[in-house]
Amino acid sequence: MKSLFRLTVVESKLYLREPIALFFTILYAPLILLLFGFIYGNEPSPFFGNRGFIDAQLPAYMALVIVTVGLMSVPIATAEDREKGILKRFHSTPLSPVSYLFANIFTYFIMALIGVIMLFLVGKIFFDVKFEGNVFSVLAGFIISALSFFAFGYFIASVSPTSRVAQIVGMVLAFPMMFLSGAAIPLEVLGDKVENVSKFIPLTYVVRFLKGLWIGNSWGAHWIDLVVIIGLLIAGTIISAITFKWE
Amino acid sequence: MTEPIIKIENLSKTYGRIKAVDDISFEVYRGEIFGMVGPNGAGKTTTIECIEGLRKPDSGNLKVLGLDPLREGRLLKKSIGIQMQESELPDRIKVWEAIDLFSSFYDRTMTYKSLLNELGLYEKRGSYFGRLSGGQKQRLFIALSLINDPELVFLDELTTGLDPQARRTTWELIKSINEKGKTIFLTTHYMEEAETLCDRVAIIDNGKIIALDTPQKLTSDIKAENRLIFNVSGDFDINILKNIDSVSNIEKTGNKITVLGHDKRMVKDIVNFLVNNNIDYSDLKTEQTTLEDIFLKLTGKEIRS
Repeated sequence: MKSLFRLTVVESKLYLREPIALFFTILYAPLILLLFGFIYGNEPSPFFGNRGFIDAQLPAYMALVIVTVGLMSVPIATAEDREKGILKRFHSTPLSPVSYLFANIFTYFIMALIGVIMLFLVGKIFFDVKFEGNVFSVLAGFIISALSFFAFGYFIASVSPTSRVAQIVGMVLAFPMMFLSGAAIPLEVLGDKVENVSKFIPLTYVVRFLKGLWIGNSWGAHWIDLVVIIGLLIAGTIISAITFKWE
Repeated sequence: MTEPIIKIENLSKTYGRIKAVDDISFEVYRGEIFGMVGPNGAGKTTTIECIEGLRKPDSGNLKVLGLDPLREGRLLKKSIGIQMQESELPDRIKVWEAIDLFSSFYDRTMTYKSLLNELGLYEKRGSYFGRLSGGQKQRLFIALSLINDPELVFLDELTTGLDPQARRTTWELIKSINEKGKTIFLTTHYMEEAETLCDRVAIIDNGKIIALDTPQKLTSDIKAENRLIFNVSGDFDINILKNIDSVSNIEKTGNKITVLGHDKRMVKDIVNFLVNNNIDYSDLKTEQTTLEDIFLKLTGKEIRS
C-alpha cells in the first residue's frame, strides 16, 4: 500500500512536469470548449435537442480528455518506461506488478479527472452550463469509459516495439477518433456520412453514453454503449495482460 | 569466506540457437567480491539475471541466500540489491524522490540522508535525474541498490561508459561497501577492474567459464610472468639471449625486443648480459602479466575484439 501511494505521487509529479502531456490532458479540451462556445454560444437550439451547445456538448469533451490520456499518455509513457529500462528496474525490486499498474492507472485517472474538472469550471464560468443528470452516475460512467480507453492504451504499448511507434500509433488512432466520434464536433453538425463512419469508432459510444448520463438518462437506456465500452475494457485488459513485457 | 551465498549448478540458457550460458557451475562465498569477466555477449548479463530471478534458466540448480531465485523471487528481491546494465530512471524524477520511492518498495531500509551523504549525492538531492553526470547517475544506482541494506549486491557493468576518474571513484566506493560486510557480485569487461577489485574472478567466454580463481593465482598460472621490453639499435641476434636459464621466450619486432621469463632473476640476468657485452639498449621496461594476457592466452583473442 505504501509503495502504491508513493508511486502514484511520484508518477503524478512526473506527469505534471511534462508540458505536452499536461497541455493535452488539462488544457486541450477546455480550450476547444471555449472556442466552439464562443462560436455557437449556449442558446437552446432544436439542433441539440432544445439545449444549448455547451449544455449538450460539454460531456463529449470528457470523452476528448479520456482519449488523449488513454491513447496518447498511456502508450507513450508505458513504452518509454519499458524502452529506458525503468520497468525492468522496478521489476528488480519487490514492487508487485499489480501495484505498478494500479499506481499508473490512478495517476492517469487523477489527471483525466483534473481535465474534466477544468472543463466543468470553464463551462460554468463562461457559459453557465446546465447539468441535469446525477453526479455519481456521470462519475461512474466517466470511470468505466476512462478505464476502457486506458486498457486500449496499454494494449498499444504492449504491441509497439518502441516508444516512437507507440506515440505514432496512439496519435494516428486518437486524432481521427476525436473528430469522427462527435467528441470534438457534434455529429449533428457533421452530417450523415460521418455519422455512418462513427458507428465503427469505439469513442462514439463513450460520447453518446456520457452525453446521455449528463442529461439524466439511465444506464439501461445506454446498454448498447455499455456493451461496447465494457467489451473494449475486457479485450484490452486481457490482451495487454498477455502481451505485457517488462523489457 | 567459505560459506557459499550463491550456489550455481549446471546453469544453461539458450536464445533461439545461441547458447548464451552453457552449463556453468560456480559458488560465491559470503563476504567476497566476486567478478565475472568477459567480452560483450559472453553471457555475463544472462548469468547475473538468472541468479537475480529476472530471467528463467533453461536448466540448472540455483540457490541464492538459500532461496530459489525463480520460485522465491519476490522474497529474494527483498534481501538483494541490484544495479542493472542499461537501466534508467525518468529524466524528470529528482534524486530524493527516486530514493524515497524505492525505499517504499522495501520493509526495511537505510535512512536516505546517510546513504546520499555516503555516495556524495546529498548536494544533488534536488536535481533531476536527467541533469546528472554519468558518474552521478551510477552513484545513484548504487544508492538504490543499497537502499534495503542488502547482504548481497549485484553490479552489472557498473563502470561501462565512465571516464577513468569516475571509474576509480566507483572502485573505492565498491571496496568500502564490501568492507561493510556485503558480498558483491559484479560483471565487467574491464580486466583492470576485476584485478583491482575482485577476490575471485571467473573468466567467461561463449557462455562457458574458462577459468576461475583469485587474480593473483590466475596471473601466476601463466608461466611467462615477467616481460622485459627494450630497444636495441643495429643488428642484434636474439639467439645469444637464449642461453640464459631464466629466459623462456624472446620476440623481436624491428628494434623492439621482448623477453619473457617466469623467474624474477630474468630481468637482472638480461640487464647484466647487455652491460657485460656492451650492447646499447634504450626504453627498457618490465610488464607484469595481466588478466588481459590470460584472456588472450586462454581464448586466443583480445577481450575487446
